[in-house]
Amino acid sequence: MDFKLTPDEEAFRDEVRAFAKENLSPEARKSSGFLSNWLKAVREKRWVGFNWPEAYGGGGGGIMKQVILKEEMAKAGAPPLGLCLMGLQWVGPAIIEYGTEEQKKSFLPDILDSKYQWCTGYSEPGYGSDLASLQCKAVRDGDEYVINGQKIWTSIASWSKWMILLTRTDFNTDDKHDGITCLLVEMDSPGIEVRPIKNMAGGSLFSEVFFDNVRVPVENLLGEEGKGWAVTVSALAHERSGISEVAGLAKQLDEVIELAKQATRNGRRASEQPSIRRRLAKADTIIEGMRLNGQRFLTRQLKGEPLSSETSINKLHRAFLAIELGDLSLEILGNASQYLGGDETSGVDQNLWPNGVLDWPTVVIGGGTPNIQRNIIAERILGLPKD
Amino acid sequence: MNFGLTDEQQILSNVARRFLDERAPMSTVRDVMESPEAFDDKLWSAMAELGWLGLIIDDEYGGVGLGWVDLAVLLEETGRGLLPAPLISTSLAAAAISDFGSADQKGRYLPSLADGSAIGTLALLEDGDVLGPDGIALAGVKEGGGYRLSGSKRFVHDAGVATLFIVPFRAGSEILFAVVQSSAEGVSSQSRRTMDETKRMGDLTLDNVLVAPDDVLAGPADGAVALARLFDLAAVAVTAEMIGAMDRAREITTQYAKDRIQFGAPIGKYQGVKHPLAEMYVDVETSRSLLYYAAWCVGEKPDGLPLATARAKAYASEAFTRIGTDGVQLHGAIGFTAEYDIQLYLKRSKWALPAFGDAEFHYERVSSLGGY
Ligand SMILES: Cc1cc2nc3c(=O)[nH]c(=O)nc-3n(C[C@H](O)[C@H](O)[C@H](O)COP(=O)(O)OP(=O)(O)OC[C@H]3O[C@@H](n4cnc5c(N)ncnc54)[C@H](O)[C@@H]3O)c2cc1C
Repeated sequence: MDFKLTPDEEAFRDEVRAFAKENLSPEARKSSGFLSNWLKAVREKRWVGFNWPEAYGGGGGGIMKQVILKEEMAKAGAPPLGLCLMGLQWVGPAIIEYGTEEQKKSFLPDILDSKYQWCTGYSEPGYGSDLASLQCKAVRDGDEYVINGQKIWTSIASWSKWMILLTRTDFNTDDKHDGITCLLVEMDSPGIEVRPIKNMAGGSLFSEVFFDNVRVPVENLLGEEGKGWAVTVSALAHERSGISEVAGLAKQLDEVIELAKQATRNGRRASEQPSIRRRLAKADTIIEGMRLNGQRFLTRQLKGEPLSSETSINKLHRAFLAIELGDLSLEILGNASQYLGGDETSGVDQNLWPNGVLDWPTVVIGGGTPNIQRNIIAERILGLPKD
Repeated sequence: MNFGLTDEQQILSNVARRFLDERAPMSTVRDVMESPEAFDDKLWSAMAELGWLGLIIDDEYGGVGLGWVDLAVLLEETGRGLLPAPLISTSLAAAAISDFGSADQKGRYLPSLADGSAIGTLALLEDGDVLGPDGIALAGVKEGGGYRLSGSKRFVHDAGVATLFIVPFRAGSEILFAVVQSSAEGVSSQSRRTMDETKRMGDLTLDNVLVAPDDVLAGPADGAVALARLFDLAAVAVTAEMIGAMDRAREITTQYAKDRIQFGAPIGKYQGVKHPLAEMYVDVETSRSLLYYAAWCVGEKPDGLPLATARAKAYASEAFTRIGTDGVQLHGAIGFTAEYDIQLYLKRSKWALPAFGDAEFHYERVSSLGGY
């Protein structure tokens, strides 16, 4: 057991810190073109896709340094390293693992360059948690697959150029996990219709997507026909571990603590109320627990074991915290919390207002609900019978 | 960065598991726990031979010279087996002497702790059960170069079998630590019946006891800081045993859920049963991560120890409490019987909750150490 960085890793951390300091100064942040300059600078460093193969534009770096990079960037309050979030988090890794040479060459550099967005077409109206029962149909016709069916809750579908899509090519398998086929689909293909859905927080991040005789060339098959579930399982583990990154959470907790220091409840600082203190401390402890859990999983990854069901542990913690930090903010602010955009009489910095209170379903339901995470742990890790 | 056990630690863990399976299976644990002081001489000597009693004692004083992560690995196993033995207590006394004793004091006390001929324990708490310098009222009256002590210490772990007590007391504005032998004149200790019979505790009474100058630990620059460190070490040790015990409670209950049939299926098929088991797994693994980091801080990052310890003990205390009651509840009525082992784990969870600070106490420390 050793939590220290090697001299080489320390040097890398210092390099990242110095880079962030230079490129994220208040003046730099104010300058026009800040974001595009930033994206260009980190790209030149080969810090986007840090551990992706160099041959496709990645950094070819190790997992450990990638973790350092992410931590330091989060601490510095840096913008993302690339704008193609799903591409970077799970589409790219899936292509690296299962893609053909041509797919790697044509898609990976674009993801790294933030050229366009990818979206994820898994869930269907009838099949959400029970994803493996999906029915969206793909039939092979010469050099093409013809797709008919519907997807739903597809985040950022309305402004994505490509989709990683799960279809069913075989409807007569004994096991529902067989016969699933993963395709890479261009969103402007004839026959695709995208209808945005408004959510309770007011945004329209996700959409319904309809497929009517959409033709996809066979070279866009990812992995083998009928073996798409394997691609998904690995992608979902990457998604869960992405959702569970702690650096952003720690920052969110700091904001809630700051809020508690500024707000007055029942005649004293909210941060002096024992029950609020305990909830803050518990959130802090869970975040630290997630960080350390992550390091244990990382140690296994460094030994060459793949990420798997253990990512459900931190996903459950993440789900708890998403709701808890929102509720805590409300309790700290009292009635004042109800004014969207802040209450000028509260004495609380308006920037700390709890904007995220209605956003929690993104991380609680997205990527699989808490009940499904509990099933994964109970069945795959503890070996309990399936329900 | 490497958050895993070394090969040596894995061997230590395997050897401990095998030894406890063979020499202290549950039937033995029950026999020992029902004996007057919940203590077994032969087991104790065997543990001494394995080097466990001197695990963290330097080899020049008869120990094995390992660190706190190694000790945590061992304690996870003894906790798992609910081993009734004053291993934590004696390790903590050894840690106090190792950290704060002079070379002469180490030479005098440590070899007998390592070979098991002496049994040590910390006697920190007094009336009021306050964990910290404010809880120390016992005042030493100067005599010769030493002190006279009259008063009592409470909730002393393994008070009935211990032969050597580490006793903090006030000397003016300072806090000093006396090493008090059970055989000294005026010393008496009473062990009390406890809820968890595998973990005995009791009171230490000092009636005009004379502490010679060279029985006052020479080392600590600041007694209050030293006391805080001892409380942290104690919490780390107790939490390490908690991890092993809660993991085993989870295992026992998981197995029961696979075996017990109701409504035509193993009860582990029902989510009302399988989901609490999944939550247990989440809690055990998260407690384990927090605990090992704290154990690592003991030797490698002392300034990080208070916060790491507070987080580990707070989280594990809540988790084990839940696992204890869920474990019994998921067994149905048979979980309430004396015969089934799960009840022993529930009792251990009750013992562990207040030991060296409960969840409330340690979460409050997380807050104040976090600057709010
Ligand atoms: C903000 C957001 C973004 C999303 N983005 C995407 C995306 O980009 N691409 C995509 O494909 N999907 C996306 N999803 C969909 C998400 O993956 C599904 O919503 C999720 O898997 C749950 O499916 P469902 O909504 O159909 O709920 P259901 O599966 O109908 O579940 C309803 C309730 O029943 C419970 N339940 C279901 N089955 C069981 C069981 N066996 N045991 C116990 N409880 C059970 C669930 O926990 C849940 O509480 C997104 C969802 C959200 C909220």
